[in-house]
Amino acid sequence: MAKIIVDGVEVDVPVEYTLLQAAEAAGAEIPRFCYHERLSIAGNCRMCLVEVKGAPKPVASCAWGVRDCRPGPNGEPPEISTKSPTVKKAREGVMEFLLINHPLDCPICDQGGQCDLQDQAMAYGVDTSRYHENKRAVADKYLGPLVRTSMNRCIHCTRCVRFTAEVAGVPDLGALWRGEDMEITSYLERALGSELQANVADLCPVGALTHKPESFHFRPWELTKTDSVDVMDAVGSAIRVDSRGREVMRILPRVNEAVNEEWITDKTRQIVDGLRLQRLDRPFVRENGRLRPATWQEAFATIASRVKGTDPKRVGAIVGDLAAVEEMYALKLLMESLGVTNIDARQDGSLLSPVYGRGSYIFNSTIAGIEDADAILTVGSNPRIEASLVNVRIRKRWRMAPPPIGMIGEHADLTYPYDYLGAGPETLAELAAGRHSFIEKLRAAERPLVIVGQGALSRPDGLAVLSAAAQLARDVGAVKDGWNGFSVLQTAASRVGALDLGLVPGEWGLNAQTMAQGEVDVLFNLGADEIDIAPGAFVIYQGTHGDRGAHRADVILPAATYTEKSGTYVNTEGRVQLANRAAFAPGEAREDWAILRALSDVLGHRLPFDSLNALRAKLYSHYPHFAAIDTIQPADGFAAIQALANIGGTLGREAFASPVKDFYLTNPIARASGVMAECSALARSLKLEAAE
Amino acid sequence: MQLDRIAQSLLLKEFISGFVLTMKYFFKPKATLNYPFEMGHRGPRFRGEHALRRYPNGEERCIACKLCEAICPAQAITIEAGPRRNDGTRRTTRYDIDMVKCIYCGMCQEACPVDAIVEGPNLEFSVETREELYYDKAKLLDNGERWEREIARNLAKTAPYR
Repeated sequence: MAKIIVDGVEVDVPVEYTLLQAAEAAGAEIPRFCYHERLSIAGNCRMCLVEVKGAPKPVASCAWGVRDCRPGPNGEPPEISTKSPTVKKAREGVMEFLLINHPLDCPICDQGGQCDLQDQAMAYGVDTSRYHENKRAVADKYLGPLVRTSMNRCIHCTRCVRFTAEVAGVPDLGALWRGEDMEITSYLERALGSELQANVADLCPVGALTHKPESFHFRPWELTKTDSVDVMDAVGSAIRVDSRGREVMRILPRVNEAVNEEWITDKTRQIVDGLRLQRLDRPFVRENGRLRPATWQEAFATIASRVKGTDPKRVGAIVGDLAAVEEMYALKLLMESLGVTNIDARQDGSLLSPVYGRGSYIFNSTIAGIEDADAILTVGSNPRIEASLVNVRIRKRWRMAPPPIGMIGEHADLTYPYDYLGAGPETLAELAAGRHSFIEKLRAAERPLVIVGQGALSRPDGLAVLSAAAQLARDVGAVKDGWNGFSVLQTAASRVGALDLGLVPGEWGLNAQTMAQGEVDVLFNLGADEIDIAPGAFVIYQGTHGDRGAHRADVILPAATYTEKSGTYVNTEGRVQLANRAAFAPGEAREDWAILRALSDVLGHRLPFDSLNALRAKLYSHYPHFAAIDTIQPADGFAAIQALANIGGTLGREAFASPVKDFYLTNPIARASGVMAECSALARSLKLEAAE
Repeated sequence: MQLDRIAQSLLLKEFISGFVLTMKYFFKPKATLNYPFEMGHRGPRFRGEHALRRYPNGEERCIACKLCEAICPAQAITIEAGPRRNDGTRRTTRYDIDMVKCIYCGMCQEACPVDAIVEGPNLEFSVETREELYYDKAKLLDNGERWEREIARNLAKTAPYR
């Protein structure tokens, strides 16, 4: 720790702090454009100038360390001033230079009202301009369908360049020329090739990079802000949903150090138009092969007439990837009261099950824990498309000091180098048997991390693969006191919550695949759109979009999406998080738990709650860990890994393939979104181009 | 004394002086206006009916910055915006003023960076139904075309003081 005096206040800060951080610790506000906590230090905007006692001129506080300051002649702590007349004059000068070339187009700029330059010009600038010459003019660049550029406004902070190079790990953005002529560009007028690209528009302190899909549609001061969580993947990124009236206008990241830091994927952010397109806004009933609009009473009556005459053994329920814990719990209670044991939340055919303990299906190391791992092995997973922010963490770990990273599965560009060990279960078996050189690196590691993805588990020999991976993890000491490095990477937002609730087939129950193949007569489909249901069964689809599930439905019950209801989601780490309602469901669509409650009444097995609070009270009494929002219920890692390792089984020969074929189109909301379709087509063409 | 008063009343002095006063005002210019056929003077800063203006080349001025909507103390203005279809520039897709809510304070025209929304000199826009007072973009642009000459003249007159 080092002592430093900021504006006469002495503070004790770590020696590696910069003056800017020290000043913040002392409560002084320093304006900045180029400095960002999660990016490297550039020191090129000069807005953060402060006066250091004894220095001949003001210094950039973001790039000047506390340890670089000299103490006073009698050993007094170094002294800096953030409010002196020199500093004020320096800031005014810097601001005047920045505004020389910045156009005065705030009224047509989307950044207006949320612009750092606007705010800081008000706070630190002068009120007149002395510049009468021509302003610089720069051609706008094409950066793909998500980022709109207006390069006249650029102030050359290079945050975008540093983000793409450091966090996203793609070398797509850079700067050409120097000084006033500097231009931020993708060099060849190509779209950015990252699934995190829209974050550059958030980082841009001015309006040079803005979000293209939402351009010109709203002003930030019109929006109602709701904190929520994302359900596009199982990471559960913290988001803020901004809505105007009934409509969700945009989705922004929220800081959650444990999960997404402050980034979100493009899918999370630009799904917004999918929330209003292709929506189911009234119940439908199939008559003579055609779906016709119906009332809730008709739909319920149709369901009741079919369910009442059917043997509970021939009734089943499948739960989709976007369901919240509340409705899954309601469905579970309803199915239990009907005597149905055919219930499954694993529509992708994964064989993870709560019988092996909670530690067998969650990301035990936690996402923040990746930074502590010193050897990483991924099995059957492409974290870049399955959980982009987990990949960002691995890349962050790699940037600190590259650990050995091994991978078994499909070849993929993960944005960091890794040892490609093999394609399928044979390699895993080889590794587990100690016949592969990479095992030495894992054994030598203090905290090895084994990540098992759905590509290795959603297959007939999934349990055997899981068992082999568990054996390997146990043998290399991945599970020890204070460290559990056996992590399962989920891809569905609902999955961990469903497994916590025990939504797997009961005794003699059928799994999702068997049910879909026609082994049941009545199938209740709670938003499962990634599974093909064979003709024959009477399918009740409760969901939000006119997607695959709705096309194969005999009765459609319109439900609410994750922005339209308050729901609990459990992310892949087992972290319980609460999504809040930002808007209302369209038309006659209702919240899922309420639909199930109303249906239970018609079926003669009334569920014992009348409000969401009553449902939650009952849920929490059965499963207390759902009440602990934003925390992870610790799992017994030793028992889980032992149970998994004991399963054994024969490994197949087929190579692992990622379950996510197209990053942009993984769920019904994304498939309804025009922006996602555009991104998907572009990603495909980039891939083809790269293959040539 | 009494003779004096008798003479005055006999000669109808009061009647005649009153009559003279009447005649004096009779031949003076009138203080009242024959309203529907005559209009009083309205200053260049008169805040009357709203109008959306266009540039001389016909391009609409409004750029959908939404400052008028933000400043409006009565929240009478509703704007929806988006990129214009043919050239992608920032334009309103909807510009509504609820003339019943409006308090004619003139904040919108002061907030406007491009002099698009103005309160023109017109005060004769009374209508028979409430719905007719919910102005939309077409109506406002139409007002702008109708009153452009007067609006431009008024703006030029007030320009030195802004």
